[in-house]
Amino acid sequence: MLEIKNLRAKVGDREILKGINLTVKPGEVHAIMGPNGSGKSTLAQVLAGRDTYEVTGGEATYEGKDLLDMDPEERAREGLFLAFQYPVEIPGVSTTYLLRAGLNAARKHQGLEELDAMDFLSLVKEKARLVEMDESLMNRSVNEGFSGGEKKRNEIFQMAVLQPKLAILDETDSGLDIDALKIVAQGVNKLRGADRAIIVVTHYQRLLNYIVPDKVHVLYEGRIVKSGGKELALELEDKGYSWIEEKVANA
Amino acid sequence: MSTSTKTIQDLTEQEYKYGFVTDIESETVPRGLSEATIRLISEKKAEPDFMLEWRLKAYRHWLTMVEPTWHNVHYPPIDYQNIIYYSAPKQKTAPKSLEEVDPELLKTYAKLGIPLAEQKMLAGVAVDAVFDSVSVATTFKAKLAELGIIFCSFSEAVLDHPDLIRKYLGSVVPYSDNFFATLNSAVFSDGSFVYIPKGVRCPMELSTYFRINAMDTGQFERTLIIADEGAHVSYLEGCTAPIRDTNQLHAAVVELVTLNDATIKYSTVQNWYPGDKDGKGGIYNFVTKRGRCLGANSKISWTQVETGSAITWKYPSCILQGDNSIGEFYSVAVTNNYQQADTGTKMIHIGKNTRSTIVTKGISAGHGQNTYRGLVKILKGAANARNYSQCDSLLIGDKCGAHTFPYIEVKNSTSRLEHEASTSKIGEDQIFYCRQRGISTEDAVNMIVNGFCKEVFRELPMEFAVEAQKLLGVSLEGSVG
Repeated sequence: MLEIKNLRAKVGDREILKGINLTVKPGEVHAIMGPNGSGKSTLAQVLAGRDTYEVTGGEATYEGKDLLDMDPEERAREGLFLAFQYPVEIPGVSTTYLLRAGLNAARKHQGLEELDAMDFLSLVKEKARLVEMDESLMNRSVNEGFSGGEKKRNEIFQMAVLQPKLAILDETDSGLDIDALKIVAQGVNKLRGADRAIIVVTHYQRLLNYIVPDKVHVLYEGRIVKSGGKELALELEDKGYSWIEEKVANA
Repeated sequence: MSTSTKTIQDLTEQEYKYGFVTDIESETVPRGLSEATIRLISEKKAEPDFMLEWRLKAYRHWLTMVEPTWHNVHYPPIDYQNIIYYSAPKQKTAPKSLEEVDPELLKTYAKLGIPLAEQKMLAGVAVDAVFDSVSVATTFKAKLAELGIIFCSFSEAVLDHPDLIRKYLGSVVPYSDNFFATLNSAVFSDGSFVYIPKGVRCPMELSTYFRINAMDTGQFERTLIIADEGAHVSYLEGCTAPIRDTNQLHAAVVELVTLNDATIKYSTVQNWYPGDKDGKGGIYNFVTKRGRCLGANSKISWTQVETGSAITWKYPSCILQGDNSIGEFYSVAVTNNYQQADTGTKMIHIGKNTRSTIVTKGISAGHGQNTYRGLVKILKGAANARNYSQCDSLLIGDKCGAHTFPYIEVKNSTSRLEHEASTSKIGEDQIFYCRQRGISTEDAVNMIVNGFCKEVFRELPMEFAVEAQKLLGVSLEGSVG
């Protein structure tokens, strides 16, 4: 589904991604872990098409297409979703309005008919229940006045409505208390499926207690320095990132 | 260059849709301004003496005035002797019905989306069409007359209803009011007149469509609307002009009067030619609009969507004289490229229990400069007066500006005023967020801007609201990137 080869990217003069290799197959959940500043969020943003970052080398193929050649909205319409680390507020635009525009743009792109207001409404109600989101929130302006937890839950709610093929969750656990974390994780788990791949970007292992990954990668100084199964996350938790730093230094 | 910048640039190059010129033979007066010009205009219109006297009084006063400079707009000096003060499409005799109107003119309005043939009209809107200096057609006149409603060109009203004109002309905006209004009083050529008799609710929206066509002419129209006791009317105004390199002056005056229990709702969608993307050309829109709530329990509500003009200078205001009277001002003002707007309102509370609401949304993009200037004045006798003001600014890009000058004068301690203001910016982050959800940059900007303006659009009559939204989209194309 996603094949990244030797991907390099920089912001300004600073190179952040220094050759990333990653293969994600349908149905898989990958966790990308790493210390602060290792390039985790940059990777997520680059995959979503943020133009603050300049891709300087390598390639990324998504469902056989050149991902890096697509506009951000085209990637979204092709089924790539990013749950933002810092979801923005958009005053005056309700979440349902945003989602309806997004969903219908994707449907149009895929040659499907646009959903009418009634069908759309029943869809969002169903998905709100799935992620236990208060319906009053989705009729309010996007993220305006939301608590940290509400914002993160709103991201997962949007993911549920848009039903992406590839979802990237960027530090979805940051700023959440344990109860909110569980609810968000349950929401994500309900969205796991044979056709859907999920990349979970996180600093801490605790989210992975609830969203159990198939593969874990450790990102350090712009490169994936170690990959393994779910037990790698536990090992990291145990030994800390300094363990990786030493390993890299000694290599 | 990022792809979004490119799309936006492609879109900016879209032309102003209403910029065409109608090839029609016009009758004009010689360039320049003097008593002779004014006498000539008055003579062409076969006006009664009182009208000419009033014009001359205004002109003599105007000669003693200086152009104001307190506003936050900048433009090279206007040469008032280089303007043509009167231009009218040549017609052998005044048209008695639509069949007699020059087909070129009817075509012009059809092209603007304003069909004047009554059978084709959208049900429920009567139109007065003003082309350069004169009114060329007024629809649904007969039907309205059955209810005693007078809806005609200002020139006709001067001839047919001189008593009403004498009584109300200048009663809200006196001839000596300000530089531009005084100039208008001297040279105004046409406009619309509306009188709604006692107890009548006007069954359709009344509207005037202003069109500047001729080159180097100024448009100086005057509108007077009187709602007698218990009357109710909703009035719409639209404006366009051809694309030209030179600036053209538009100095209009609108006066509204409501007697006891009467309501006037006045909506404007102003889309005069704004100039090109480098700021060349465009209309200078210096307009004085004011309403007087003369009677108790009366109400005047202004809604404006200002997207056009190189310079917009207007402050639709309410004098709340009658007890319990209500004044409202809802405004969206957009400045893109090199447009400048200095706009707002004055709410003058005189009567007891008077209430006013001000909601303004200023949107600046490109190098646009947007200023809100407002005055809330509570006089000594205005016990329990209330005002609520909310002024929001939205910035798109980093070369534009938003400015707010709210003035408050309170002379009665039982009054209550609230003022809220905000400035926000459409950020790259917001746009990227929307794009990540599958929405294009243009749609994202439209969505955010429309969300920002929602409170004002809600006040517009339905069809106008749709038009305003579309217009906003076109005005802001190319503003992000």
